[in-house]
Amino acid sequence: MNSLKMTPKIVREDCLEKPDPQALRDAYGSTLVKLGEKDRNVVVLDADLSSSTRTSMFAAKFPDRFFNMGLAEQNMMGTAAGLAKGGKIPFASTFAIFASGRAWEQIRQSIAYSRLNVKIVATHGGITVGEDGPSHQTAEDLAIMRVIPGMTLIVPADAVETGQAVEAAYRHQGPVFMRLTRGKFPTVFTEDYEFQIGKGTVVNEGEDLTIFACGLMVYHALQAAKILSEKGISARVVNLSTLKPLDRELIVESAKKTRAVVTAEEHSIIGGLGSAVTEVLSTAFPVPVEMIGVKDSFGTSGQAEELLKYFELEPGDLARAGLRAVERKS
Amino acid sequence: MATPAQVENLRKIAKGIRINILKMLNTAGSGHTGGSLSSVEIMTSLFFSEMRYRANDPCWEGRDHFILSKGHAAPVLYATLAQAEFFAAAELSQLRKLGRSLQGHPSCVSTPGVEVSTGSLGQGLSMALGLALAVRLDQKPSRVYALCGDGEMQEGQIWEAAMAAAHYGVDNLCAIVDNNGLQIDGPVAKIMGIEPLWKKWEDFGWGVQRIDGHNLEEILDALATARQIRGRPAVIIAKTVKGKGVSFFENKVEYHGVAPSAGELKRALKELEG
Ligand SMILES: Cc1ncc(C[n+]2csc(CCOP(=O)(O)OP(=O)(O)O)c2C)c(N)n1
Ligand SMILES: [Mg+2]
Repeated sequence: MNSLKMTPKIVREDCLEKPDPQALRDAYGSTLVKLGEKDRNVVVLDADLSSSTRTSMFAAKFPDRFFNMGLAEQNMMGTAAGLAKGGKIPFASTFAIFASGRAWEQIRQSIAYSRLNVKIVATHGGITVGEDGPSHQTAEDLAIMRVIPGMTLIVPADAVETGQAVEAAYRHQGPVFMRLTRGKFPTVFTEDYEFQIGKGTVVNEGEDLTIFACGLMVYHALQAAKILSEKGISARVVNLSTLKPLDRELIVESAKKTRAVVTAEEHSIIGGLGSAVTEVLSTAFPVPVEMIGVKDSFGTSGQAEELLKYFELEPGDLARAGLRAVERKS
Repeated sequence: MATPAQVENLRKIAKGIRINILKMLNTAGSGHTGGSLSSVEIMTSLFFSEMRYRANDPCWEGRDHFILSKGHAAPVLYATLAQAEFFAAAELSQLRKLGRSLQGHPSCVSTPGVEVSTGSLGQGLSMALGLALAVRLDQKPSRVYALCGDGEMQEGQIWEAAMAAAHYGVDNLCAIVDNNGLQIDGPVAKIMGIEPLWKKWEDFGWGVQRIDGHNLEEILDALATARQIRGRPAVIIAKTVKGKGVSFFENKVEYHGVAPSAGELKRALKELEG
């Protein structure tokens, strides 16, 4: 057993020793089917990527409520807006770069400004998309979604949280953007975990440092906390899966408690989780912050594992950032 | 078929809407004159003959839906909604004013009767398509109308929506193109040609009608015919005159986005009121 103080019950005790990788998008697909069974108003749209996004599972079950819009992301978002106006609860899916980038203005104008109840669940976020390279990777999506007023922005850490977040998005009234990934993530949470929109979760308790993370970086943060614990530093690890609305209270409370912060995300250090956290801390409670993320660059082809190393998003990178942050404490 | 008396009544309503457009734009001091005036007969026909709705219950389940895809023509929508008593006509004098309900472009979060927000061109037809699909899933008899500009036809998203609406065979959807031949920088044909427009829509699989967009009988007939089209969406290409009804605004590209001055308003009202 490790020397961490992982939150009992909700965090898988042996998640570091026995990683159990699961695909977030599989959890999305199966949850969609569940929602489709219980509510006829759930409809799903895709843009010729349904087998990749796993909306194909819904399509197979409910062909009348599935709309493949072809390669036309802008129209897909607009159509989703119209369906929501007509009382439906549309889930629209494609890869994160196309969902957020190609259709940004449709999301802003047709969906968010009209306050329509559209759930955008984008898969293949981040750089772990891998071999397809920069055109299909995205380190910008969270930044450009976060800036839209009224948008709820969620980046689940694993498949368990994904399933719950999809259900929460369904229950939530208003637009949601959820970023999933291509690859499998080690499962962090047990079935006892309860995702709540806008609530961060302490997954490991610590005194010297807080690591705020989302997505795959939550698992890496736990691994980093283990590395740090061997050096006598105890790190609190917070899963900030809702980037908006942000759990300000938990961020400030953590900073007050540990007085040093690392942010970690599979996204540009511009505009994402790191920016969100520092926007809060710089005014509410300034402490040394180190940011782990893609450093203002496009992705590149390679295997997911190689890319995590290349972009310095590995547990060791987080741990080193932790040491720097602790060192900077006055 | 509308009776002559009904058409005469619509003509009176159209005149009132035109006058209100000019007055509200003059009071606001800015806004889109030309494209509001070119849509008056279309809007009048839709709201005072064709469409079912309840002004005191804008979200009534059984209503027909309308989306102003060419959102900059907000004044004609507002004047029409006021005439239909979605809100008090006095509010028209508050167009574009801070803290009031009539935004520069239609906003569904601030104006009763506005169903979705528009203003960024090219997006309304997709929303109309989504609404039409929702209505069809619910097996409601409602119809969905979207009014587009002809310059707006240059937006790629319009053709994405056109393709998808035909693919899904939504025959409860009717698009209307205000074909006034002008956009901001000049004649549509000169800026970026869209002809043959009817053929494009036909090739995309829509049931196309071409009419005079200021002739109330023709508009009403075309809307009735559109209702009969089965298995595919309908589009009405309405030939219009930008700035219609005010001689010195007609076909003038420079009055796209300029409000009438006090002097122009006076002369315009004289022309309209006779
Ligand atoms: C996406 C987008 N680009 C540019 C504009 C600015 N704009 C407002 S009206 C207009 C011209 C519209 O021409 P048309 O569709 O023919 O409208 P109408 O002549 O009926 O006024 C433009 C370019 C806009 N509103 N939306
Ligand atoms: Mg025009």
